[in-house]
Amino acid sequence: MTLDEIKNTLNAAVLSKREDMNLNIVRAYCADLMSDVLAFSITNSLLITHLTNAQVIRTAEIADVKTIVFVQSKRPDIETIALADTKNIPLLVTDLSMYEACGKLYEKGLRS
Amino acid sequence: MDNKVAEGVFFLTGKDFSNAGAASSNLKGVLEGMSVQPDIIRRAAIAAFEAEMNVIIYAVAGMMHYYITPETIRIVVKDMGSGIPDIGLAMTEGYSTAPDYIREMGFGSGMGLPNIKKNTDRLDLDSVVGGGTTLEFIIYLNKDSKGAKNETL
Repeated sequence: MTLDEIKNTLNAAVLSKREDMNLNIVRAYCADLMSDVLAFSITNSLLITHLTNAQVIRTAEIADVKTIVFVQSKRPDIETIALADTKNIPLLVTDLSMYEACGKLYEKGLRS
Repeated sequence: MDNKVAEGVFFLTGKDFSNAGAASSNLKGVLEGMSVQPDIIRRAAIAAFEAEMNVIIYAVAGMMHYYITPETIRIVVKDMGSGIPDIGLAMTEGYSTAPDYIREMGFGSGMGLPNIKKNTDRLDLDSVVGGGTTLEFIIYLNKDSKGAKNETL
């Protein structure tokens, strides 16, 4: 599933500057516990979360998470977005709840 | 990977959450620059990040040393913290003494040390209550050494 398809599926806004909308994502994982992301996420995946602090970006970088979707309209601050830009991690934000966002992506064939 | 060696140190400041993870990020860059296999880089980066976060969350300050050879990645994290009274308990998944504000950041769920163990081949944890903690772990770069996984140093 491309980043563009994820954006359209979730009616999401793109927050970061250096997004490649053709970036292909084949796995997704949702969590608000960063240690769970480190322990259980799969490399090159999409992370769906409520958390918007800088540690989410660091965690994503360390765990080789390709892109992050923030749910429930939660937006990171400018510094966090800038950090994601330097790490080439695209950020998206959607008004959907985590449950709805995961459901819509699952329906479109994106698996964990 | 390249037939190189590398060594370095990062200084960590307790409660400096704006830079938390920067040392592990730099270490990951070093490993990528040495053409270490991606799966090994990921394991080393995750273990280093969990150890770094433990220092940031629980200690006043600390240091992370890394030593990379063609055979191993060895990381030693020493902190000036309050120490761990019961190491066995601290190694238990889900056990945590983290305050609520740490949990709100997505950490402190009691997965840190177990996660370090999971991603490393050898692990040694030495702690003195009131005297700080030293964590040392090794990841083997050659598949031949995999049989040694989860040994204690």
